[in-house]
Amino acid sequence: MVTNAGWIVIGAEGLLVGDMLAQLVFFILLLFLLGKFAWGPLMDMMKKREDHIASEIETAEKSRNEAEKASKEAAEELKRTRQEAHSIIEEAKKVGQKQEKDIIESARKEAERLKETAQQDIIQEKEKAIQALQDQVASLSVQIASKVIEKELNASDQEKLINEYIKEVGDKR
Amino acid sequence: MDHEAPIVEDVLGIAWLDFNLSNVLMIFIASTIVFILGLLSARSLKMNPKGLQNFMEWVIDFVKGIVGDTMDWNTGKTFLPLGLTLITYIFVANMLGVVTLGVYGDELWWKSPTSDAGITLTLSTLVIVLTHYYGIKRKGLKEYGKDYLRPLPYLLPLKIVEEFANTLTLGLRLFGNIYAGEILLGLLAGLATTGVGGFLGTAIPMIAWQGFSTFVGVIQAFIFTMLTMVYMSHKVGHDH
Repeated sequence: MVTNAGWIVIGAEGLLVGDMLAQLVFFILLLFLLGKFAWGPLMDMMKKREDHIASEIETAEKSRNEAEKASKEAAEELKRTRQEAHSIIEEAKKVGQKQEKDIIESARKEAERLKETAQQDIIQEKEKAIQALQDQVASLSVQIASKVIEKELNASDQEKLINEYIKEVGDKR
Repeated sequence: MDHEAPIVEDVLGIAWLDFNLSNVLMIFIASTIVFILGLLSARSLKMNPKGLQNFMEWVIDFVKGIVGDTMDWNTGKTFLPLGLTLITYIFVANMLGVVTLGVYGDELWWKSPTSDAGITLTLSTLVIVLTHYYGIKRKGLKEYGKDYLRPLPYLLPLKIVEEFANTLTLGLRLFGNIYAGEILLGLLAGLATTGVGGFLGTAIPMIAWQGFSTFVGVIQAFIFTMLTMVYMSHKVGHDH
């Protein structure tokens, strides 16, 4: 251990004024230089980032609120639309049922009408046929009568003749 | 382990101006490393930090926490650069002696600058003087003077002693921790050079002690900064 006259002995050697001055000068220089070139810019950047994050958070909050509002509106819109669609379907169903009933009704009427006309036609045809038959029978009777008159017949011949004619008529028909 | 120090006496013919050149060299190296680290970290500042910028911002936040713990942030933000410079400089200075010790000839050149009491006491004196300066600046001379009579007037002698005690303990605590670590590292290194057995025998204790010294270096840098802010808050705070 070196003892310097007049100085307290601490550590390896005494307190040296030169070292102290050097340390003081270097530290103050370092304080100044770092403050200017390192801490200053770094802290500025940190402040800037802080502000940036704050504003970003604000923006995010705002847009979130907007999105919430929009989604609420959309949900309402959807609900309304659904109701509308429901009512439209309901109405369409009603209309459809009514149309169905109408169609069935008109078809039934048409059928009835057709049936009626067909029946009338049948009756007419029948009457016409009867009429024709009657006419035929009349002319036949006249012919039979004339033939009977032409030929003198006995009872058996007459019967034979009538049967013959009747058969003839039946064949004709 | 009795290495001489490279002392130059009576520089420029001034009787009291002695330099320990190793101290001056190590102060210069430590300051340069800290300055370069600072420059590199602030060289390309980005919004989303990476690497060194990220680390330095973490350090800034850490010191901000120290300042915020001891005083309210509006008064404290002035002292943030001081705290940052203190913690980085003392940390780097402490680490320099842990990494290696350099002996040239018979003189110890490479060591921690903080393993010299003169240097740590310079730092602590600077800090205490700054606390008085800011105390007067912030509260005015009258209010500053009144603080010596609080809480009780007859405690004035104790208050005055406290200032010197603070200076001494702040500096000597750092010096003692680092100096003790270095002495043991030096002893181990001396043992290691005695032979193969000595080398093998000291390897593990060496590593363990270096790890411990690193831990102590970090803690001491933190404590020095913390106490600086505590003393500062005593002088500038209003609740005392």
